[in-house]
Amino acid sequence: MTPPLLVVEDLRTHFFTRRGVTKAVDGVSFSLRAGETLALVGESGSGKSVTCLSLVRLVPEPAGRIVGGRILLDGEDLMTKTPAEMRRVRGRQIAMVLQDPMTSLNPALTIGTQIGEVVRLHQGLRGRPLRARVLEALRRLRISAPEDRLGQYPHQFSGGMRQRVSSAIALSCAPRLLIADEPTTSLDVTIQAQYLALLEEVRAATGVAVILVTHDFGIVAANADRVAVMYAGRIVETGATRQVFDRPAHPYTRALLRCLPDVELKRRRLVEIGGQPPDLTCLPPGCPFAPRCPERQPQCETAYPPAVSVGTGHVAHCWVAVAAETAAR
Amino acid sequence: MLEGIGLTKYFGLVRALDGVSVRVVEGETLGIVGESGSGKTTLARVFLLLERPTAGALLFDGTPVDAFSRDDFRRFRRTVQAVFQDPFSSLDPRMRVEHIVAEPLPPENGLGRAAVRERVGEVLQLVGLRRDSGTLYPHEFSGGQRQRIAIARALVTFPKLIVLDEPVSALDVSIRAQILNLLKDLQERLGLAYVMISHDLAAARYLATRLAVMYAGQIVETGECDAVYTEPLHPYTQALLSAALPLHPSARRPRVVLAGEVPNPMRPPPGCRFHPRCPRVMEQCASRAPAFKEAKPDRLAACHLY
Repeated sequence: MTPPLLVVEDLRTHFFTRRGVTKAVDGVSFSLRAGETLALVGESGSGKSVTCLSLVRLVPEPAGRIVGGRILLDGEDLMTKTPAEMRRVRGRQIAMVLQDPMTSLNPALTIGTQIGEVVRLHQGLRGRPLRARVLEALRRLRISAPEDRLGQYPHQFSGGMRQRVSSAIALSCAPRLLIADEPTTSLDVTIQAQYLALLEEVRAATGVAVILVTHDFGIVAANADRVAVMYAGRIVETGATRQVFDRPAHPYTRALLRCLPDVELKRRRLVEIGGQPPDLTCLPPGCPFAPRCPERQPQCETAYPPAVSVGTGHVAHCWVAVAAETAAR
Repeated sequence: MLEGIGLTKYFGLVRALDGVSVRVVEGETLGIVGESGSGKTTLARVFLLLERPTAGALLFDGTPVDAFSRDDFRRFRRTVQAVFQDPFSSLDPRMRVEHIVAEPLPPENGLGRAAVRERVGEVLQLVGLRRDSGTLYPHEFSGGQRQRIAIARALVTFPKLIVLDEPVSALDVSIRAQILNLLKDLQERLGLAYVMISHDLAAARYLATRLAVMYAGQIVETGECDAVYTEPLHPYTQALLSAALPLHPSARRPRVVLAGEVPNPMRPPPGCRFHPRCPRVMEQCASRAPAFKEAKPDRLAACHLY
């Protein structure tokens, strides 16, 4: 097997505020191979976006700081890079697409200028080759009549097209890794379907690895090879998408899958998850999901559960799963 | 209870709503689904008398709204209430919860202060909050609890119909189930009717008993909710439902990925408004707008296929 493209080990990103230390990301580890799509799924505040910002070292300072862990891209530790080196990594090796294309594009510059800037900076192209490259980037994302579109401004595009333009910018320098943070949340469902189909096409054609951040399990089911479920700054379960949906090993994953309405079937009643997501400034000593967990054991409140393997590449952090594994042996 | 006939609303040149006829019956949940710009929120605002239709009529218990007396208006305001999407902006941060919840009670309600407080405590309890949480301010509550407060406010006047505009879209997934279940319970206990505006097709399926699908300012299909989901008739409904992602990786069904975008509401295409994107377009679709007619028993669709 080829070595993974990205390895994240025990990543910790904390925010130091007057209210105390917010442990937004607290010991996240995962890896990703070239051409693979990993979904990071969780509720707001679970640490999905901060994980992504940490990968490109764009955590808002001075409040936020990466306080521990390693990020290896092709074996190189990004934590040891200088800011100048990081600038070269961003855009050329790791690219990002954000939720709201209206705010990630500059309203005062034409689309052509904005894509051209990235290509010029990272690839050093100028003049005709630059223009050719920009047109190719737009065509790949199915922007019709790209020659006419170059001179237009973001407000002249619809929401779906803007998201395709910012994806064109992200993919223009053929990055190895694309981080898409809720890329379709502001889009309508039929436009979301268009966008996701296109992203899949690009991934198949270029072999780019994708981290897809979402709170929508439908998107995970349809698009991800593997999924990592986040809760309170940690990955509580990870595995192949099929495994996680068929045999969810963490009570949080199980509860989430039961509490969601489904377009496919009329559910008589949704099984609620009681309570609220925890306050990240004062996390309980044990498992942060314990106060809401229907399967809570005494030890859940005292110590964070270790990783337990419940299948090939399928791992959960849960005392109940630990007990079940030990019993099975 | 509420019936719209040929409701039309233009904002200048923008045709937000164009000839919509729809009826809300006592005790049911009418789900109105569609994408942004389809006119579903405008329809909700017309239902709430927040917008006056440019053309068409709205009937409340058989009386046209245009012919309302003062008493009719009061009765309407008591009977029809609303819950909006974002509980962070729909509650005034400077008001105590008890005042927020009591606000829809008209000043001439004849209730004394103690009776108002009693009623407020009652509805707070109904939505699963503590009776005495009325003395707190909205910021002391989480998003899900705030949506409960908004629901309590809607319930305080003993309404028969509540218009829910994207009631769970702003909430986290684990909180959505709590609110959807609460709405369902309240409906059973109080015999409420809902109009639920939603772009979330899964949430609509959970709550709705009847469904209306909107596209570009018009209703393209209506029917009993489950029937529409299992056998969508209009090609737009088919595309919309196939774009909604089921919750299981193996549950893939034939995908209709639509090309193109929602039309410009200032210049909607001639004929059927969906024809430029329709996978089953025929010659007449570009020139003649289809009538909204019975396509199957109990199923109405606006499409030349039927």
